[in-house]
Amino acid sequence: MLVTIEIDGKKVQARSGAMVIEAADELGIRIPRFCYHKKLSIAANCRMCLVEVEKAAKPLPACATPVTEGMRIFTKSRKALDAQKAVMEFLLINHPLDCPICDQGGECELQDVAMGYGRDVSRFAEKKRVVKDKNLGPLISTDMTRCIHCTRCVRFGEEIAGLRELGATGRGEHMEIGTYIEKAVQHELSGNVIDLCPVGALTNKPFRFSARAWEMRQFPTIAAHDCVGSNLNAHIGKNKVLRMVPRDNELVNETWISDRDRFGFEGVNSDDRLRVPMIKQNGQWKETDWTSALDFVATGLGKIASTSGVSEIGALCSPSSTVEEMYLLQRFIRGLGSGHVDHRLRQTDFSDQDAAPLYPSLGQSIEHLETVDAALVIGADIRRQQPLLAHRLRMAALDGANVMFLGSVGSTYQFPVAANVVVDPRCLTNELAGVAKALLKQASVNPPAGFAESAKAVQVSADHEAIAKALKGARNATVLLGTDAIHHPDLSTLRSLASLIAQLTDAKLGYMTEGANAAGAWLAGMVPHRGPSGSKGAPAGSPISEMLRQALKAYVLLGVEPDKDCGDVRAAMKAMRDANFVVALTAYQSPSLEQVAHVMLPVAPFTETSGTFVNAEGRWQSFAGAVAPQGDARPAWKVLRVLGNVMHIDGFEFMSSEEVRDELRTRVGNAHPDNKTRWHPPRPFVSVPQGFTRVTLVAPHSVDAIVRRSDALQQTTDAPTFAALVSDETARELSVREGQMVAMAQGGNEITMPVRLDARVPRGCVLVYAGQPGAEHLDPSATLTVRGI
Amino acid sequence: MRKVVNYFRSLLLWELFCGLALTGKYLFARKITVQYPDEKTPMSNRFRGLHALRRYPNGEERCIACKLCEAVCPALAITIESEQRADGTRRTTRYDIDLTKCIFCGFCEESCPVDSIVETRVFEYHGEQRGDLYMTKDKLLAVGDKFEKQIAEDRARDARYR
Repeated sequence: MLVTIEIDGKKVQARSGAMVIEAADELGIRIPRFCYHKKLSIAANCRMCLVEVEKAAKPLPACATPVTEGMRIFTKSRKALDAQKAVMEFLLINHPLDCPICDQGGECELQDVAMGYGRDVSRFAEKKRVVKDKNLGPLISTDMTRCIHCTRCVRFGEEIAGLRELGATGRGEHMEIGTYIEKAVQHELSGNVIDLCPVGALTNKPFRFSARAWEMRQFPTIAAHDCVGSNLNAHIGKNKVLRMVPRDNELVNETWISDRDRFGFEGVNSDDRLRVPMIKQNGQWKETDWTSALDFVATGLGKIASTSGVSEIGALCSPSSTVEEMYLLQRFIRGLGSGHVDHRLRQTDFSDQDAAPLYPSLGQSIEHLETVDAALVIGADIRRQQPLLAHRLRMAALDGANVMFLGSVGSTYQFPVAANVVVDPRCLTNELAGVAKALLKQASVNPPAGFAESAKAVQVSADHEAIAKALKGARNATVLLGTDAIHHPDLSTLRSLASLIAQLTDAKLGYMTEGANAAGAWLAGMVPHRGPSGSKGAPAGSPISEMLRQALKAYVLLGVEPDKDCGDVRAAMKAMRDANFVVALTAYQSPSLEQVAHVMLPVAPFTETSGTFVNAEGRWQSFAGAVAPQGDARPAWKVLRVLGNVMHIDGFEFMSSEEVRDELRTRVGNAHPDNKTRWHPPRPFVSVPQGFTRVTLVAPHSVDAIVRRSDALQQTTDAPTFAALVSDETARELSVREGQMVAMAQGGNEITMPVRLDARVPRGCVLVYAGQPGAEHLDPSATLTVRGI
Repeated sequence: MRKVVNYFRSLLLWELFCGLALTGKYLFARKITVQYPDEKTPMSNRFRGLHALRRYPNGEERCIACKLCEAVCPALAITIESEQRADGTRRTTRYDIDLTKCIFCGFCEESCPVDSIVETRVFEYHGEQRGDLYMTKDKLLAVGDKFEKQIAEDRARDARYR
């Protein structure tokens, strides 16, 4: 229902129940405010937005006054301005005059409003209060004396993050914002309080004192660390990215970004950057120029092709490469005559890849996740892997949706969770089969072929019944397969069971993929069995597991650090070491590449190249380079384009990355993926596995080469540690205590690690973070033996 | 009427004679020649000469890297880089003034919230090489240390007008 109100003489229709400030914002009339924020609840405690309302005895706060029919509001009347000026004076009583050393200076809401509504001299001659700074960890720095108690950060914690990390203690003059007991804030979205804080009380710690708002330039870009594709603005000073801030996009990230997107970029300014092309001669790395490096690559690959055949050449790329890079890389390799291209570095099961959808998509829009009634998330630590999708699901859960988790690494959630089943990864299929069985029973539908035999031993537990019931009862349900499911050794079964469950409950099936551009990789043809846009891949190639097992003679790596990015590090390092020629297009001079590569070409990370990421919902988001590439580094698409020319391959005449994108875009057209896969009879399910399982966890802050080099993120509690994480129960079985050493043997090799107790790990599992030294000697497919020392 | 007056003025070279009268007056006036560098004219305490960075009496540099001088400088002569020093304070790692660009407008001094960057009475400086007139933080602090007494006196005299 609409009501007619009048603001400053302008008549406007406003939604009944809307606040005056919302109506004024829509009309473009600026009312000063501190505590009001469109994404947070209304507190009305700063009193800055006082306006005069006709027939009201006193000025009213615009943020907490609902509009009523015929209301006449004056925002610039004498009464309103006097009220605002008085409030401003009160706010400045205790605010220090330290704008010259405050990082917020120049972009401070208090500064702006004080300029517009404040007095020019203070009448306050008494003592100002001083508040001790709180230590909030490595990401957020505090100057609590500057706090004006708007409580935006407190409300953010309660309403958006769900974790009440910050709160107010004391009253009046003694009110302080803090963490009650000193501790670092841990929530994966907590960096957003930096943007929310209208003053300089909470500021960006890694960025501290490095530049002023007015001397930086702003360029739009897209986050490169998860499949959400958050919209960012990169702030550039002296040709260097200095910080990342969110760019509003209601459909993708609203106004939030995860800490990984905010602080992860730091890695692009790392000292590790490769700045000149380098070739290895007689075991020594030598700097060279681009022409000779490219000739070296062409000669090297040409020699392999002529002596051992083109099918001995394979290419791997990071799932966070841009669409353009992937499109050109697969065209380069296929142009040479080989079909060995892959981006699925951590995936292990490729048996049903032909039945896979056009690209793994979320199956719905990101926004839609907020409106589901039931969601089953399989194999995903969604809070850490895709924090903004977790936020959407949280919103749904708060609205009453049943959000359920089934995975092999536990997590805590800041919303009511209908079910949280954490099992040994080997039992994951069994658990899912239990849900399917319960559903089939509830719906009294005949099970598909082979199900009954395989699922004979499957016990339907109360959890399964509950999950099945919640999914079945929902009008708007979704089943989501996360990265742990995609990397599961029995992905095909998980996929077909999930598809069956989705079909039985009329739910949308979706994938939450690894990297920023897994969807783009499938579309660009960076998979061995399919060409661009799902066309038939010609010539056909082998997936990564086969590629590594066959020990090809030559590999081309794009943004891959084989010891950190690959699922089977042991096989990857061995295959690379044995290869005759390894070309690495990399932004970093990483030790593993120095070991295995024969030539390293410096390419630009996402901040320095133009490109496109396709996010999980299939949204193409292009961006331009925010800064010039460091040193002699070049955008990878240019390097591949010239490599194509040097090797005389057709179809490498692109003049810009946009041309590459547009060509692919035309080929893809309006094709949409259908995530539902055909049913295929599974192997018998295991309910009680024998022995131990090693679970490899990719820490949220080690997902790609850039994030791994972000110092600030590596200091957080989410950073990987060198330890074998086990549950209490498992530790007792092994008779070890926290801090003691355990020896883990797998495939003939043994490593020792200190034990750490962690309740997230299911019984019978040993969790080791990906990329830990020594772990690369273990064979993930062999049986694991663990003993305490 | 004015037209007529102007016509006769220009016809009779009135303006020319006015100018010549002024010249004639100085022809007979007492000559003043300042025997620079032996003699010097009196100087205002607001003179805007060579820049200096000041310190507090305890030896701590005043500059807090707020970059207001850099922002206000109309000739873009100032370059500042800042960081958090080990003790947590905001400090410059680089403070350069290119004197070949500087127009000595004094805006930097006006904008400084801590009276750190000042313009001294020194104007007799020179550079033998191109880089000599590129004042770095160390050079500026050295100038400040050398002339601190004079600088402090000049600021004190001017304080009541600020």
